[in-house]
Amino acid sequence: MSSETRFTDFKSDKQPTWCPGCGDFGTMNGMMKALAETGNDPDNTFVVAGIGCSGKIGTYMHSYALHGVHGRALPLGSGVKMANPDLEVMVAGGDGDGYSIGAGHFVHAVRRNVDMTYVVMDNRIYGLTKGQFSPTSREDFETSTSPDGTNQQPVNPLALALAAGGTFIAQSFSSDSQRHQEIVQEAIEHDGFGFVNVYSPCVTFNDVDTYDYFRDAIVDVGDEEFDHDRTDYDDARDLIMDREKEYQGVLYQNEDSVGYEKREGIEEPMTDIPEGAPEGAMDLVREFY
Amino acid sequence: MPEDLNWAVGGEAGDGIDSTGKIFAQALSRAGRHVFTSKDFASRIRGGYTAYKVRTSVESVESVVDRLDILIALTERTVDENLDELHEDSVIIYDGERSMMSDFEAPGEMTALNVPLKRLAEDAGGAIMRNIVALGAACEVTNFDIEFLDESLEKRFGGKGEAIVDNNKEAARLGAEYVREETDISTPYDLETTDSDYVLLNGDEAIGMGALVAGCRFYAGYPITPATDVMEYLKGRIEGYGGIVVQAEDELSAINMALGAARAGARSMTATSGPGIDLMTETFGLVATSETPLVICNVMRSGPSTGMPTKQEQGDLNQMVYGGHGEVPRFVLAPTTIAECFHKAIEAFNLAEKYQLPVYLTADLSLAVTEQTYEPEEFDMDAVEIDRGKVVDEDSIEEWTNDKGQFQPHAVTDDGVSPRAFPGTTEGAHMSTGLEHDELGRRTEDTDMRVQQVDKRDRKVDTAREQEDFDYREFGDPDADTLVVSWGSNEGPMLEALELLEDDGIDVRFLSVPYIFPRPDLSEEMQSAEDVIVVECNATGQFADVVEHDALTRVERINKYNGVRFKADELAEDIKRVLGETAEVEA
Ligand SMILES: Cc1ncc(C[n+]2csc(CCOP(=O)(O)OP(=O)(O)O)c2C)c(N)n1
Ligand code: SF4
Repeated sequence: MSSETRFTDFKSDKQPTWCPGCGDFGTMNGMMKALAETGNDPDNTFVVAGIGCSGKIGTYMHSYALHGVHGRALPLGSGVKMANPDLEVMVAGGDGDGYSIGAGHFVHAVRRNVDMTYVVMDNRIYGLTKGQFSPTSREDFETSTSPDGTNQQPVNPLALALAAGGTFIAQSFSSDSQRHQEIVQEAIEHDGFGFVNVYSPCVTFNDVDTYDYFRDAIVDVGDEEFDHDRTDYDDARDLIMDREKEYQGVLYQNEDSVGYEKREGIEEPMTDIPEGAPEGAMDLVREFY
Repeated sequence: MPEDLNWAVGGEAGDGIDSTGKIFAQALSRAGRHVFTSKDFASRIRGGYTAYKVRTSVESVESVVDRLDILIALTERTVDENLDELHEDSVIIYDGERSMMSDFEAPGEMTALNVPLKRLAEDAGGAIMRNIVALGAACEVTNFDIEFLDESLEKRFGGKGEAIVDNNKEAARLGAEYVREETDISTPYDLETTDSDYVLLNGDEAIGMGALVAGCRFYAGYPITPATDVMEYLKGRIEGYGGIVVQAEDELSAINMALGAARAGARSMTATSGPGIDLMTETFGLVATSETPLVICNVMRSGPSTGMPTKQEQGDLNQMVYGGHGEVPRFVLAPTTIAECFHKAIEAFNLAEKYQLPVYLTADLSLAVTEQTYEPEEFDMDAVEIDRGKVVDEDSIEEWTNDKGQFQPHAVTDDGVSPRAFPGTTEGAHMSTGLEHDELGRRTEDTDMRVQQVDKRDRKVDTAREQEDFDYREFGDPDADTLVVSWGSNEGPMLEALELLEDDGIDVRFLSVPYIFPRPDLSEEMQSAEDVIVVECNATGQFADVVEHDALTRVERINKYNGVRFKADELAEDIKRVLGETAEVEA
């Protein structure tokens, strides 16, 4: 780790192919700044990405990275972190990736509480497959696969995380760059699973959940007048269950959280192994006497 | 065939059949006798017939036969289920004081030995020990020194305190005493002992042990019969080496966790069975395109779908060799004995890392759950070699960077193998993806690069064919006109079938093949034989298909797919039948 790392060190020389104005630009910049700010550099950082426009993030960042198959980013990231606790692991993906095909893994990653950061670029639509509704789309949202509205309730990812025993639950808005960066930074610093749902508008396929909409709707729980105690579970639950408003900030944090890999006693990277059988290996055989 | 004794304990699932059988098997092993065990079990925990069978001899035994000499029957159904295998010298030990067995009479000439198992167990301290009373009785009937049973009981119950051990020993003693003093049985059985020291283990355990000594540090899995033993073996042991076993939420997660760990530089494995392999198949492609070393253990059971989860089959060959969309190289190793499960597990890790690809390590249910005795030296730890392949560090990484100083994890090389940098290596940061990529690992749809990367990945297989010894094991008469080929657990029964056939004047050359892909070239052997017979536990002959295709020779097939493994005598008859048929055709 070097203290001189700048956020641009995390930029790859690939130009993003995201649509001009896509929320993912801001989401990614905030992540890079937060990584640099927390003292990481590309050689100790591992970015795992899902599939979707959002999943392209690994390509545009410079670090060790793995771009998985659709919906499986969290298990991938969990494996990386458990095998090498020295790495800073960031997992990123879309709302479809994380809450639809990967919903099962989401719940279990939350309850396993591996020390990594999960950033979901929530645009309430499937971007890469060109505009079908997603699990966070509004109930009557009209898309190519829901011409008469979705007729399905949107999931509440924060509530899912809370119900699964989440230890760090936050939400940010990609164009509020300062706050977004701060929130991701706090997620990185959290010991355990740091979950940040980021409103990251799709300017091409979603004309409902737009920048203007979020700018007006967002309430920052970090504001002084709001006076939110993030360690107060009941308070957090009330805010999270309130679907009338769009909240930004750290809604809940369990300060006693300890990452799963630490609780399992993993201290060293698993990269080094003996050149032959480990010493005393014959004892393993003798167990079968 | 060795002078052997066949013994079984049977009852309802939940009767403690497994541990009773295991205690006896271990006592025999302690007494320097060879043991081969098999289990008949149904896919339920309580109720349903279940049996644990032990075949023992002073010589090596590697299969089951259709004969039972001693049967401890906790239910009458146990006797019915095994009627075909019982003979006039068989002894059935049962408890006539149990209401459900009170009217029991031995069928035919065989001896029914009524021992008040429950009552004697209560005298020793608790009815739960009735199976141990039966074991004591069985020792007496077979003239087997009960001290070895004591040793086995100490091993089994030592952790529960001296009192429990003593009670169990007392229960066994009461059982033996009862037979000696209260009955007038005389049997032809005499279990002699030797000075040999054997170990007794099953295939799943051998795989787990092989993985551990090979440096596997990360295991993620989801429980499934018959692969769960691998996970249970590693759990509680891997931690001592700085590793971890993670019980994932499903197989999708398990293989992805294992893949993540492998990319982070750990030797990593997951184990499952057929349905789990199906779920893993999408990620299997990612493992292969991202060129990540990973060992995927498939302990086969009867399919398709949920099939017969506790029954034998070798039906997943096509899935392992061809499964997945698109085309990706993979290796498929299939040990043929329990000891081979250990050796092939080590080899699987070395191959995975040397060639940076997924390696299927497959055992069939019969190998996985049956136990066999071995000389401990069979598991020679000094011979274990670890080869991590082309791993680069900060000093050597420069060799593999492009003119912009970027590391090329998918560099196109002559041997098809690229350099590998563990995360944390300075200047090694790079991307891995399931998308087609260039030498840097970045997405590309460039037509030339696509072809170069596909060819590069395929070249690994050619390189491996040159560098590795993908050989077969050969038995029988090398000059025989009849060639039998098989894979997996069929080797054991086939070895005994060879002896039976020889007794009948039929010479057979037998090749047992532990490499399914890449596999040894058998064309010369097959073309020079008059009759080629492929033996396997599936209906369609999946292995027969591939070797037939390789050698451009028609083969005869012996397939068994009723859920039960081959038995030696049955296999010998099958081979005779096939040879008889071809002889007729030729005449
Ligand atoms: C198994 C599988 N099913 C479907 C797809 C097609 N697919 C690619 S991305 C995507 C949805 C992406 O939506 P989201 O996660 O919200 O990401 P966004 O593109 O909006 O950032 C789908 C369905 C796939 N790649 N793999
Ligand atoms: S389609 Fe939407 S999500 Fe995808 S890049 Fe364009 S704006 Fe972003």
